[in-house]
Amino acid sequence: MLPDYIHITFFWLLGVIFVGAAFAVSWFIRPKAPSAVKCAPYECGEIVQGDSRVQFNIRFYLFALIFVIFDVEILFTIPWAVDFQQMGMTAYLEMVVFMLILAVGLAYAWKKGALEWQ
Amino acid sequence: MNFPVQELLKLAAKGGFVLGFVAVSAMFLIWLERKVSAWIQNRKGPMMTGPQGAFQSVADTVKLLLKENIVPSGADFFIWWLAPFFVAIPAVMAFVCMPFGPHHIVYDLNVGILYICSITSVSVLGIFMAGWGSNNKYSLLGGMRSAAQIISYEVPLLLSVLVVVMEAGTVSMQGIVHAQEPGWFILKPNVMVAFLIYLISATAEVNRVPFDIPEAESELVAGYHTEYSGMKFAMFFVAEYTNFFIISATTATLFFGGWLGPWAPSPVWFLLKAYGIVFFLMWVRWTLPRLRMDQMMTFAWKVLTPLALVNVLVTGWFLVRKG
Repeated sequence: MLPDYIHITFFWLLGVIFVGAAFAVSWFIRPKAPSAVKCAPYECGEIVQGDSRVQFNIRFYLFALIFVIFDVEILFTIPWAVDFQQMGMTAYLEMVVFMLILAVGLAYAWKKGALEWQ
Repeated sequence: MNFPVQELLKLAAKGGFVLGFVAVSAMFLIWLERKVSAWIQNRKGPMMTGPQGAFQSVADTVKLLLKENIVPSGADFFIWWLAPFFVAIPAVMAFVCMPFGPHHIVYDLNVGILYICSITSVSVLGIFMAGWGSNNKYSLLGGMRSAAQIISYEVPLLLSVLVVVMEAGTVSMQGIVHAQEPGWFILKPNVMVAFLIYLISATAEVNRVPFDIPEAESELVAGYHTEYSGMKFAMFFVAEYTNFFIISATTATLFFGGWLGPWAPSPVWFLLKAYGIVFFLMWVRWTLPRLRMDQMMTFAWKVLTPLALVNVLVTGWFLVRKG
């Protein structure tokens, strides 16, 4: 038997070949005639104003933080979900406590206005 | 050590099949989307190339191959160039454990659905790289919105997958299909709730209407891929439609019994179910209007996530009482 991760590595390689081959083929046959106007960033035909990498709304950052907490939580839950039927009521109640703590966290973020989008 | 030549050849053959499937499926879905939208809007859609415009996507591919590659001035070239890889490669990699039939699977990883969910969420990196690297305000806005949306809907998505994992008692894709032999999971009321949450979040994950704020054509031009042309644009497009197929196929596997079905061979059933869901999502896209950014984020965090949490606990309660 091949080890599990050979399959994943092989498919990663296939993906690289897929995209790389498409790029290579088009590199050989496409026209190359860049000009300053053609390469200007697209702003609906207007002359570009300033730099596009501007300061960003802090909201995005808050959502990312809440996401990290929940994503890690779900990673913890998946092994439990596979086996909790054999472990019975104790395992279930432990997960209820775990989820309640998270729910409190969500409620706190909600009350603090971290989930509002202005 | 004996070098497993035969198994490697088998793997290569499967890989070739998957690449072919990805390309053909994406082209077919693009054609189908145009036909379905035309049908819903009482138009004809592409008609000129082949019967019913069937070769339109082939013609488009050739056209995109011949298009000039325009590097936007001031772009962060390396990031900009790498972004299509980050978007397209996960779409190919997700096929490793896509169960087309009892034996028609590349490899039944024991982390199945977890692998699919995690590998497909890598593409958010590519989307953000495209937005950041392009040096274009529309791209950056689209990339930012897209990242925020994808990570927000990831939470209810995974929580609804969790309900299926609890019912099946396994995360392997084939295991989930086999667990549905007594009856599809969708027939259970708690899984039906999970299914609705999953479908809504999955639609948001692939940036489709009604959640297409990242690419809202009328305000953001094309979102994160505004500055891409030729094959690079094609890669974003292929990845988008492949991800669309992946979420539909995953929905079919998790809730509709995957390849299970009488009379016909199992891959036929699998594709039938997957494309049925594809058609349903297209129907939704061409019927509903687009949501606002704040509505979308509020919906994910204040409605779907609490609902999914409660659903997990209720499912656990009934399963523990039963078992």
